Amino acid sequence: MNEAPTTTQKYPPGKHPSMPPPGIASGPLLWIKDNLFGSVTNTVLTALSIWLLWVTIPPLLQWGFIDAAFSGESRKDCRAVASGACWAFIQNRFEIFVYGFYPKAERWRVDLSGLLLIVAIIPVLWENVPHRLKMLAFTAAFPFVAGWLLVGGLGLKPVGTNEFGGFLLTLVIGVTGISFSLPIGVLLALGRQSKMPVLRTLSVAFIEFIRGVPLITLLFVASAMLSYFLPPGTDFNLLLRVLIMVTLFASGYMAEVVRGGLQAIPKGQYEAAQSMGLGYWKMMRLVVLPQALKISIPGIVNTFIALYKDTTLVIVIGLLDPLGIGRSSLADSKWQGLSSEVYIFVAVFFFISCFGMSRYALYLERKLDTGYKR
Amino acid sequence: MSDTANKAAPSNDPIIQIIEMHKWYGQFHVLKNINLDVKRKERIVVCGPSGSGKSTMIRCINRLEEHQQGQIVVDGIELTDDLKNIDAIRREVGMVFQHFNLFPHLTVLENCTLGPIWVRQTPKKEAEKIAMQYLERVKIPEQAMKFPGQLSGGQQQRVAIARSLCMSPKIMLFDEPTSALDPEMIKEVLDVMIELAGTGMTMLVVTHEMGFAKTVANRVIFMDGGEIIEENEPHAFFGNPKNDRTKLFLSQILAH
Repeated sequence: MNEAPTTTQKYPPGKHPSMPPPGIASGPLLWIKDNLFGSVTNTVLTALSIWLLWVTIPPLLQWGFIDAAFSGESRKDCRAVASGACWAFIQNRFEIFVYGFYPKAERWRVDLSGLLLIVAIIPVLWENVPHRLKMLAFTAAFPFVAGWLLVGGLGLKPVGTNEFGGFLLTLVIGVTGISFSLPIGVLLALGRQSKMPVLRTLSVAFIEFIRGVPLITLLFVASAMLSYFLPPGTDFNLLLRVLIMVTLFASGYMAEVVRGGLQAIPKGQYEAAQSMGLGYWKMMRLVVLPQALKISIPGIVNTFIALYKDTTLVIVIGLLDPLGIGRSSLADSKWQGLSSEVYIFVAVFFFISCFGMSRYALYLERKLDTGYKR
Repeated sequence: MSDTANKAAPSNDPIIQIIEMHKWYGQFHVLKNINLDVKRKERIVVCGPSGSGKSTMIRCINRLEEHQQGQIVVDGIELTDDLKNIDAIRREVGMVFQHFNLFPHLTVLENCTLGPIWVRQTPKKEAEKIAMQYLERVKIPEQAMKFPGQLSGGQQQRVAIARSLCMSPKIMLFDEPTSALDPEMIKEVLDVMIELAGTGMTMLVVTHEMGFAKTVANRVIFMDGGEIIEENEPHAFFGNPKNDRTKLFLSQILAH
């Protein structure tokens, strides 16, 4: 019988066997000991964190759930049954938060658009869905379908965009901005690297202008100034102007994010693509951009999230996003003084959307990691 | 002369003609009055000290570098600013780089089929079949589904050679194909190149592998300071170099 080999044994040169690393004990208790109480500093920090959680979490839970009122018709009703949060307010206003002032009888159109949005996004997010090409064709058609459903005309009752509000408005601006800012940003980034001076100068000028001006200013320009430039009498929809401004704004930032990715691609990749006869656009689409965009994912998603949250700025030109709806609801004398509930509700909505985007980005980065090292 | 060299004797009509070609980087005159005719099936090794312009010269042949004066004619097409000519020449000229330059986001097989599918419009199935044949020829068909980052340097360079061959080029340019490899991997790449030479491929190889030059080349060219200093068939080139700079160079690289 052979004894199990050990590292203390002597072996002739070239005969040393491979062995497992020295036993590393594991288990939850050991993990806690190592990671939370490993040193004095660690122990102090752990104690401090536990104390902080103890001070903040229970009162929040008490206020938000245990002492909260979930139904009622006014703040008085809430206070009559509970001392904590008055979620009845949110419930009472929920439809306005979702649809804004979209006519009640037509709200199915918003619901249907939302459903179709999910169908349109699926093939973009995941590669292995069945019939992906057909679904992508639908994705391409989605903006027109959704636009028709939401605005009406052609057999549907027209709904003015001034009646849009709440989460509907956030999603319309956010989804439009996100889906158009990436392609425009990529084109701007390529333009900025172009060998053609006119194209390069135009791209640089556009990007620097966008980055040098606050979004609020652009929104004011969209709401007020554009009518000066356009021939009198032209009705250029306010929401459409906002969509254009928000998209262009995000594109400027996107262009710089993508440019960072492009600069990280070694010259050899371009040369290999060129030497096999790929033209500029094929080289970019098949070789350079897939790599550059992968590197840029954190920056791209950062820009997406910033754009999504910036949609709340439309409040300054009188459009009512969830925050605007919340503020105007607070003016109701029946529900005065419930600002915490409103802002927490809106915050949770934004957090869920943005956290979702950030998690998806992580998944994508892991999926695209092909073990490339230089 | 070795067996491989006899099988594929060069013909007389030139496939590459470089006539009085000059190139500058800014104010710096990198290539001075280059004249070179490459015959079909000819195998030329270009050597010289670093900075002598040898890489730049072969990179001019598929327009990765632009020349400012003189003429380059490849397979009857003159290289000008005309993108059509450039693309037509690049389709016929394969290139292998010092740092492989495989596409890291694509599998080995996808690396090999990219050109045929998107440049030659070969159907995907057929392109894959051809790619597998070439991967077998460079002896790594089993790596087809892996990504380049998972392969060793020697394997990557063999994939790069297969990738170029998939475009069925008339000319292959090699820009120091073994300079970035560990010594034990150089042989596997050189073996593939020697086998390729036996099939009658026109090859221009920038390399310091003098053993390779002796067995495979029809002609060895020595460059220094942006000029072609000396050219000869390998036996005479190594046995009886004429120019002093060639002698110095050979004594330096053959010293150890």
